[in-house]
Amino acid sequence: MTTVESPGAASSVLGAPVLEIRDLSVSFTTEGGTVSAVDRVSLDLAPGEIVGMVGESGCGKSVTAMSIAGLLPSSARISGSVRLRGTELVGTRESVLRRVRGKEIAYIFQEPMTSLNPVLTVGRQIGEVLQVHERMSRPAARARAVELLSLVGIPSASKRVDNYPHQLSGGMRQRVMIAMAVACGPKVLVADEPTTALDVTVQAGILQVLRDLRDRLGTTILIITHDLGVIADVADRVVVMYAGRVVERAQVTDLFAHPLHRYTAGLLSASPTPGKHAGTARLQEIPGLVPVLSSQPDACTFADRCPAADSQCRESAPPLEVVGTGGALAAKDHLAACWHPCPAPRTQPQETDL
Amino acid sequence: MTPQPNALELEDLVMHFGPVRAVDGVSLAIPKGRVTALVGESGSGKSTVGRCVVRLVEPTAGVVRIGGTDVTHLSRRQLRRHRSEVSIVFQDPAGSLDPRMLVGDVVAEPLRLSGERISRRDREARVATELGRVGLRAEVARRYPHELSGGQRQRVSIARALISEPTLLIADEPTSALDVSVQASVLNLLADLQRDIGFACLFITHDLSAVEYLADEIAVMYLGQLVETGSREQIFTRPAHPYTQALLAAAPVADPVRQRQRQPVLLGDDLPSALDPPSGCRFRTRCPLAFDRCATEVPAQVEVGGGKAACHLVQPDGTRPDVRTADNSEVLS
Ligand SMILES: Nc1ncnc2c1ncn2[C@@H]1O[C@H](COP(=O)(O)OP(=O)(O)OP(=O)(O)O)[C@@H](O)[C@H]1O
Ligand SMILES: Nc1ncnc2c1ncn2[C@@H]1O[C@H](COP(=O)(O)OP(=O)(O)OP(=O)(O)O)[C@@H](O)[C@H]1O
Ligand code: SF4
Ligand code: SF4
Ligand SMILES: [Mg+2]
Ligand SMILES: [Mg+2]
Repeated sequence: MTTVESPGAASSVLGAPVLEIRDLSVSFTTEGGTVSAVDRVSLDLAPGEIVGMVGESGCGKSVTAMSIAGLLPSSARISGSVRLRGTELVGTRESVLRRVRGKEIAYIFQEPMTSLNPVLTVGRQIGEVLQVHERMSRPAARARAVELLSLVGIPSASKRVDNYPHQLSGGMRQRVMIAMAVACGPKVLVADEPTTALDVTVQAGILQVLRDLRDRLGTTILIITHDLGVIADVADRVVVMYAGRVVERAQVTDLFAHPLHRYTAGLLSASPTPGKHAGTARLQEIPGLVPVLSSQPDACTFADRCPAADSQCRESAPPLEVVGTGGALAAKDHLAACWHPCPAPRTQPQETDL
Repeated sequence: MTPQPNALELEDLVMHFGPVRAVDGVSLAIPKGRVTALVGESGSGKSTVGRCVVRLVEPTAGVVRIGGTDVTHLSRRQLRRHRSEVSIVFQDPAGSLDPRMLVGDVVAEPLRLSGERISRRDREARVATELGRVGLRAEVARRYPHELSGGQRQRVSIARALISEPTLLIADEPTSALDVSVQASVLNLLADLQRDIGFACLFITHDLSAVEYLADEIAVMYLGQLVETGSREQIFTRPAHPYTQALLAAAPVADPVRQRQRQPVLLGDDLPSALDPPSGCRFRTRCPLAFDRCATEVPAQVEVGGGKAACHLVQPDGTRPDVRTADNSEVLS
């Protein structure tokens, strides 16, 4: 574990990362053997930045997210470092982590039903967060809970505040989680599939709530989603994961204009567009299965499914770095881990000023 | 020759939870081997419809028919006969999988419940086949549900629902946790199986793009009621109801430049509640086209283009409103 520097050091420098993830690896021991879930992931999150994380189901997004604030079960073996404004969180005492969670790092979990307490009304659950972290009185916390519920678009919030989770629809539970997560104005918000249960009209409102949080309080947001439309809408930067590794990282416009890694390219072309699929014979999928790894091989783990794979791909793992394609070098903050990156699309990507 | 009974029929289904009018008069028929998508916004009552069909909740009023048999008043024991015919994939996979059971046993459970005698070897082989179909490796059978990712758990519950080869599948948001590629393979799988086995399906979702490829019919729900039903073709190319139009126009596109330039149809943000539905048309508090009659008169279902829509501005001659004219939003291509 790396030594702890003075906690203020990083944050005093403008733009220094709020959260630094270095060489994070996670594996689990199960009845069926060892599962390597995350392999040497490194990522910096700058203040006020919205970073999108995408990747195939099971590629390690949630495990990466959970390991940030020490939320993994005891069967997990973790190595590497996660620093919140300079303070190491990996291996830190639970009492420290508990203080960090909720106030500094808040979570919206992927499956709301399992993370809400079934025997407490949603008002009590949101209220408790406020009472603990903001030292609000119980009536004040309740009033604020009602405000938060209407902020996330729950109708009749003053009545819903007294509902138990099972009395709510799936999407309402998800919004209760969101209300709880934004309650204390966290420094870092980790949102794991925050809008999966929501239809597009409600989703647009939730994404606005997240953007407001960033604009108002400078909250850094790590948003995990399989919805590339959501990424295109809110993310500044995107991280693509495959089988536990980061395989591509770029500004959002660069990634969509010119995906470099072969997996990213497949992902983008499989994305459904409403109104374009009626009558098509089959939806486009990336053939093959994502591997379940017991250890991380020195090879590209996408090789079995990749149309461009050769012996080099099978014999050594490509590093995550700036890669050139056909003479044109990609943007300096556009990294990919691929020996044979996709050539630039025929239409030259337009310079976009963001 | 008597006509084939429908796989599922709902007649004026009503489900109230105390003051909450979750489902308020839904009628729907799914012919054998067809797929109907039930779409609508969060809290509109979609899951409740599904739960009424499998009698997880007792409907307040109305009739549920499965394969022509009225099952609304059957006893639990009589119902069991229908159990193996009907499968359900629940919306919240984590909450519906027994955490103490290994995945392999979870998937095999319907075989055990059906009383079918089957050797251990055969059972394991069928579990492996079923897991493979949903894109999971056979070794996953030896893990516990909490040792899987969200999308893997969702596929386990799909595998469990399909293993008994049901004639009617209720799939509640079966692909919401899946990335586009796995979602595509699960939808392709459902389409293949649906063709081969010929089950009928009520596909519940809030995501129109997920059903475009699979659904024969689409029913759009808003606050406990159906506002529009029609063929997939009709709904995607000529949606009649303002809410359906808004749903189609608001879907985000996977292109950061275009997406950020778009101006979605702005719905009013006065979200109505199932605790106290608005008078007249229930959509009126958010409808950009609402006018005085909408507050006083409940719109009737009007036949339009082979489907039905409940809006005062829809007329049988094919006249239909266009929410996009109500503001300056992007025109659908
Ligand atoms: N507690 C655990 N024990 C064993 N394996 C686990 C555990 N939690 C996760 N895994 C495995 O680690 C891998 C990564 O899981 P993770 O939940 O991070 O995936 P994900 O990218 O979030 O996928 P999804 O999009 O489906 O949610 C998966 O193969 C999963 O099966
Ligand atoms: N057991 C219950 N007790 C009280 N109210 C309930 C119960 N189950 C559902 N409701 C209410 O019924 C309404 C419809 O819920 P339902 O779960 O059917 O919505 P849904 O359309 O599936 O929404 P979502 O897309 O968010 O899952 C909601 O207002 C919900 O709060
Ligand atoms: S490194 Fe090789 S196998 Fe991996 S994505 Fe690139 S071309 Fe394909
Ligand atoms: S009846 Fe009125 S409020 Fe309802 S959808 Fe039609 S125009 Fe809008
Ligand atoms: Mg996950
Ligand atoms: Mg539901």
